[in-house]
Amino acid sequence: MSGHSKYEPKTGFERWLDVRLPIVRMAYDTAIDFPTPKNLNYWWTFGGILAVCLVIQIVTGVVLAMHYVANAGLAFNSVEHIMRDVNHGWMIRYIHANGASMFFLAVYVHIARGLYYGSYKAPREILWLLGCVIYLLMMATAFMGYVLPWGQMSYYGAVVITNLFSAFDNVIPGVGTAITTWLWGGFAVDNATLNRFFSLHYLLPFMIAGVVGLHIWALHVPGNNNPVGVDVKSKEDTVPFHPYYTVKDGFAILVFLLLFSWFVFFAPEALGHADNQVMANPLATPSHIVPEWYFLPFYAILRAVPDKLFGVLGMFGAIAMLFALPWLDTSKVRSMRYRPTARWFFFLFIAATLGLGWCGGKLPDDVVIPIGRDAVTGDPTGFTVVMLSRVLAVYYFAYFIAVLPLLGLFEKTLPVPDTISTPVLPKGGAAMLSGATASPEKKG
Amino acid sequence: MSSSILGRSGFHGLRALAVAALALGVAALGTGVAQAKTNAKEPQEVSFSFEGPFGRFDQAELQRGFKVYAEVCSACHSMNLLSYRDLAQPGGPFWDPKHPNISPAESPYAKAIAAQYKVPDIDPDTGDVIQRPATAADRFKAPFANEAAARAANGGALPPDLSVIARAREGGPAYIYSLLLGYEEAPAGMTVPDGKYYNPYMAGDMSSYWKGAKDKVPEGGFIAMARQLVDDRVQFDDKTPSTAANEAHAVATFLAWAADPHQVERKQTGIAVMLFLLVFTLLTYLSYRQIWRNVSH
Repeated sequence: MSGHSKYEPKTGFERWLDVRLPIVRMAYDTAIDFPTPKNLNYWWTFGGILAVCLVIQIVTGVVLAMHYVANAGLAFNSVEHIMRDVNHGWMIRYIHANGASMFFLAVYVHIARGLYYGSYKAPREILWLLGCVIYLLMMATAFMGYVLPWGQMSYYGAVVITNLFSAFDNVIPGVGTAITTWLWGGFAVDNATLNRFFSLHYLLPFMIAGVVGLHIWALHVPGNNNPVGVDVKSKEDTVPFHPYYTVKDGFAILVFLLLFSWFVFFAPEALGHADNQVMANPLATPSHIVPEWYFLPFYAILRAVPDKLFGVLGMFGAIAMLFALPWLDTSKVRSMRYRPTARWFFFLFIAATLGLGWCGGKLPDDVVIPIGRDAVTGDPTGFTVVMLSRVLAVYYFAYFIAVLPLLGLFEKTLPVPDTISTPVLPKGGAAMLSGATASPEKKG
Repeated sequence: MSSSILGRSGFHGLRALAVAALALGVAALGTGVAQAKTNAKEPQEVSFSFEGPFGRFDQAELQRGFKVYAEVCSACHSMNLLSYRDLAQPGGPFWDPKHPNISPAESPYAKAIAAQYKVPDIDPDTGDVIQRPATAADRFKAPFANEAAARAANGGALPPDLSVIARAREGGPAYIYSLLLGYEEAPAGMTVPDGKYYNPYMAGDMSSYWKGAKDKVPEGGFIAMARQLVDDRVQFDDKTPSTAANEAHAVATFLAWAADPHQVERKQTGIAVMLFLLVFTLLTYLSYRQIWRNVSH
């Protein structure tokens, strides 16, 4: 789709620049003239929203780093100094802290959109893999960022997550301990750990920005997928990116910023944890260590497995599934609009992931469905959170390694329209097309 | 025809955003429920003037709350993150809106309050440790020289620093209010350790101190602080009745301000931001309808 450039330098300076560094041409081709399917719905606006989130995080983060002190004795108070004494420091810090949550909210919607509309399928596998790399980098960045305020949850979150690597002691004794010591820069989470986390927390966002560049490049070669999932066939199917999608994305970004601002200005600590307002104390473990909401599904998978090593593997495996997805889904039809069975498995997958998130925020032994009472303590017994986590985790993995590979072979799909423009022309769209001569086999 | 399709797809998209927002809410609820997993009683329903997007601090109550802190709490609890000048910053207890150009450190109120305290320092001429009158720039005088001294004077317990306490406890000011007034006789069957007091709002596990049925362990925990706020403990200067409830409400308000001194400024900024974004969003939506009016999609 990245066809011939239609850029024509209009001023003398642009002509001069164009033969030396065609940067204006590149911007014109990617952000102005880029032919974009005309049927993209609001789920497609989250790419732009994510770009805004990344810029907000980097700008606020750079300013915070001017005032923050990465030292185990001073970090907590330096954050309070930002909140109290730095001009508008409270605003910059609350934007940055809530911005992480907003970033993950948007990236989850963005990933779910890709899952539903088959955006990972040929020829967009590299685009999808780069997205998975961005997500992985985001998780590392967010985890290390959460450690920096050096509150109780910061500290014990760092302890729990870095200790996961000690599970490798079960494979080769000593290796896991060696890895954790190396990660910590000592024999416990301490000043050395905080300093390297700060260094990496500053580095990784720029790596994210670099991979985002590749992600957009890989997007602009095959062009956008679209809700119908058929390739662009003619100029009729597309509109130039500007003004059509700049204005549509712009509207969605503003709606998103309304939600963002509501959290920043009226509920800035609603997504946080009161324990993190207590300075880290290695001698006082909080009664309940929970990660931030965006890690809860993975935390639930970790705790669902009785064996530590396999729990860790399960947690990382849950993300590895996303990387393998382009080769696991065997269906030739991209969009689940035309996959009536897969669609229900997809909605179940979303429900299972949200359910895992809910489980991750509960104590493992909390009872979900009470059946009896303990004879000694009188506490209710029955179906516990950890049991529910197991059921949901099994479905999470089954969706990738059983449902999608098999369903593609057996599912009876609905007729797929010939072109993007086709479903628009008859009144009512896809459901009315059952008589059309569209066969899914011919469509990529 | 095209416009009806457009309208429908627009509606779908907005609904999708609402669903996404809801999902986030559910996730937040999940963490919230997890945090409440202690055996303490839920804080009382108590209203504060600073609640909600339009809430503001009542300056007279902030002053009363500071008086409660200064006369009662400060005997054991430090507030290491606050300086005397902070009391006179915009929105603070001793902020004087009639003289907005006087910097907080030059405020006569902050200076007068600071002058009542002596803080440790080093004599620059001799190097001796001395006590000098505090200036507005000094941090609140701490009651103990160090943690060991604080523990030694309090039966081994460390009175927590109160600078951010209203943000560092679930329930915030309502929890502080409930805890300060919530002292009760320990239920029969409960053995209260020496130097500890029973309080149903305190988090804790008391099953090993309880002789009754295992499934009837009372709510609450033990706290090393005895009941402090009683009627007439603090005489307010503004004729507000010196009831224990008024004292607790005032000090909870003061601690909420101390933990988040810019919150009124934050909310007022937020209202302007929301109004701006709403207008901008509406204009952008109308532009979107205008630009897409001839595209069937």
